[in-house]
Amino acid sequence: MQYISQDNAPILEALNKMKSARLVPFDVPGHKRGRGNRELTEFLGERCLSVDVNSMKPLDNLCHPVSVIKEAEELAAEAFGARYAFFMVGGTTSAVQAMVMTACKRGDKIIMPRNVHRSAINALILCGAIPVYVNPQMEPTLGISLGMSVADVEKAILENPDAKAVLVNNPTYYGICSDIKSIGKLAHDHNMLLLADEAHGSHLYFSDKLPVAAMYAGADMAAISMHKSGGSLTQSSILLVGEAVSHGYVHQIINLTQTTSASYLLLVSLDISRRNMALHGRQLVDKIISQVQYARDEINAIGDYYAYSKELINGDSIFDFDITKLAVYTRSIGLAGVEVYDLLRDEYDIQTEFGDIANMLAYVSIGDREKDIERLVAALAEIRRNYRQTGREMLKAEYISPKVACGPQEAFYGNKESLPLEDTVGRVCSEFVMCYPPGIPILAPGEMITEEILRYIRYAKKKGCQMTGSEDMELQRLNVLRTK
Amino acid sequence: MLWFTEQHTPNVRFSIKVDRQIFSEQSEFQRIDVFDSQEFGRVLTLDGYLMLTEKDEFIYHEMIVHVPMCVHPKAKRVLVIGGGDGGTVRELVKYSSIEQIDLVEIDERVVEVSKLFLQQTAQALEDPRVTCYYEDGLKFIRRVESAYDLIIVDSTDPFGPGEGLFTKEFYGNCFKALHEDGIMVNQHESPFYKDDAYAMQRAHKRICHSFPISRVYQVHIPTYPSGHWLFGLASKKYHPVKDVNWQAWKDLRIRCRYYNCQLHAGSFALPNYVEELLRDVED
Repeated sequence: MQYISQDNAPILEALNKMKSARLVPFDVPGHKRGRGNRELTEFLGERCLSVDVNSMKPLDNLCHPVSVIKEAEELAAEAFGARYAFFMVGGTTSAVQAMVMTACKRGDKIIMPRNVHRSAINALILCGAIPVYVNPQMEPTLGISLGMSVADVEKAILENPDAKAVLVNNPTYYGICSDIKSIGKLAHDHNMLLLADEAHGSHLYFSDKLPVAAMYAGADMAAISMHKSGGSLTQSSILLVGEAVSHGYVHQIINLTQTTSASYLLLVSLDISRRNMALHGRQLVDKIISQVQYARDEINAIGDYYAYSKELINGDSIFDFDITKLAVYTRSIGLAGVEVYDLLRDEYDIQTEFGDIANMLAYVSIGDREKDIERLVAALAEIRRNYRQTGREMLKAEYISPKVACGPQEAFYGNKESLPLEDTVGRVCSEFVMCYPPGIPILAPGEMITEEILRYIRYAKKKGCQMTGSEDMELQRLNVLRTK
Repeated sequence: MLWFTEQHTPNVRFSIKVDRQIFSEQSEFQRIDVFDSQEFGRVLTLDGYLMLTEKDEFIYHEMIVHVPMCVHPKAKRVLVIGGGDGGTVRELVKYSSIEQIDLVEIDERVVEVSKLFLQQTAQALEDPRVTCYYEDGLKFIRRVESAYDLIIVDSTDPFGPGEGLFTKEFYGNCFKALHEDGIMVNQHESPFYKDDAYAMQRAHKRICHSFPISRVYQVHIPTYPSGHWLFGLASKKYHPVKDVNWQAWKDLRIRCRYYNCQLHAGSFALPNYVEELLRDVED
């Protein structure tokens, strides 16, 4: 066999070979290289449609990789310092779920911060595991939830010695990192797995100026969103796995829910992006760091805004900070983050990642140009000049400690009834309520509904946050467990 | 036979017969070409788009400068954004009352190339009142507050390096950078072909949001798409026709080949279809 290195892209090479072979397709997909769907071909381009193909011998099969996909996954594992890598086509959501479902089965406990992405709690609904929430610390001014303090994790581990795993966000959407090394050591000392949601951290593997990447910190599994900071197509992702976990079992778990017709557009985008990051990641990340630092300095020079960075580090709940994240505190100009987010799009044609109650986040990545950074900074300056408000009463975001009445699966599938939102205080919620993005639940199935939570929901709705998760898409009503 | 062809729309082409190519370079920002032609003399193109010809550049440069200067003859501090060829500055230096001209051009190579090959416009850049800054116009203007009487946005089209100069944040920052009676004039695209007309409407809409007075005037430029071109005049205080002391300008005795006061007043009278396009985006 030929020697393959990070310079190779096995799936790309196989697709190119397939194209030059000019196969006659009597297999799916039915558009037959786009010929059967002119309109779509015109819109996406013939080159795109010509590689939207099904698995076949020369292209391997994601459900059971033995050749080019296997090689591409091995190269990815090497590039990310993992024992194994799995290409995922159901988003990082599918990677997080595979991770949780590998570690836990029905009734098992898993320790996690409450500010996990909904995909982690979804996995608990599917597999029936029980969350043990660690209260993430809250930054009182910024109103953002932080990392877990090591002492809190230790307490949770000692109180739940039967837990199977600890899940860590590395980093959070805002760039906050917990002390993942120490948490990992604690977990391993108590025979628990360390799982990392690195939906916002795939670039950490390619720089020594950034917080430590999970696999290098000893994680047993990590879900990395290549499509966020790695440059691959939306919905493609990678699950990294270490020595302590059975490769074959992870594979079985993935195949429980994964499509049997994985898109080669997604797979080849992972292959190409892995090669790009492995070969040029260091320079690319350096460029992002300097662009974001420039933007941060300029935004802070405008006045009132606060674009935060490493100065937040406190040695515990903010153990480290990912300086490629550009989050801006906006309450100081009298506007909620989501209001600035809306103004940027509606008035200035700038789409940012999200706005919450007090902050907005601009996602800067390998595709950004200096002149676009200038536009963002200039627009923020204009928003301050034209829309600044004073003396407005603004809700301070506070961490609302959840009261877990039962496990997510029990609550979700339990006997429930639908009540007007206002009448739900004191009842157990059986569904999710969250602002999206960022998609971190305000209420998760199995949690008590309090007046404080309803107040927060009302305020977020009023400010224009998109509320998702509930069966009633308008969120006028909420599903709660029937009382016995 | 060698021809330069610019695609004015996907279905319309405009060609000039080329005598010889003088210069070609890919700068950090764009491709710069200079060639000689029988009909139009020396020609400058950026990214394949015609910027100026020796034969008709006077129309553009006179109209982008003398209209606002006639409205606001007391202007002392002037900012030119873009305009690295120097043509706009050449018209400005005719006013002895102007004390300071700052030129912000993103691409230093455009200025250097113009100085080498386009003396007709670039020689004015040697005037002691002129200071050149080579940076992004949006970035430059962001840091300036109440500093200029006149801002002239002599930009390329709203794609490529000139993109940021057609944005709401840019016009807002210009408003902020002007004195309380300041004026901004901008290259405003054309109303004729669909894509140009759309860019023109977008620019007008955004300028209307930032300035209390926003008017458009027209000019005839043979080498630009359709030949029918527009400039925008946005003003904090002076109306570009009603508040003008025509005699005061005539007394300056500035020689022009295109501009005169009747033409100034008349150029704000627009065809009905253009008025309609503009009205559509005014609130």
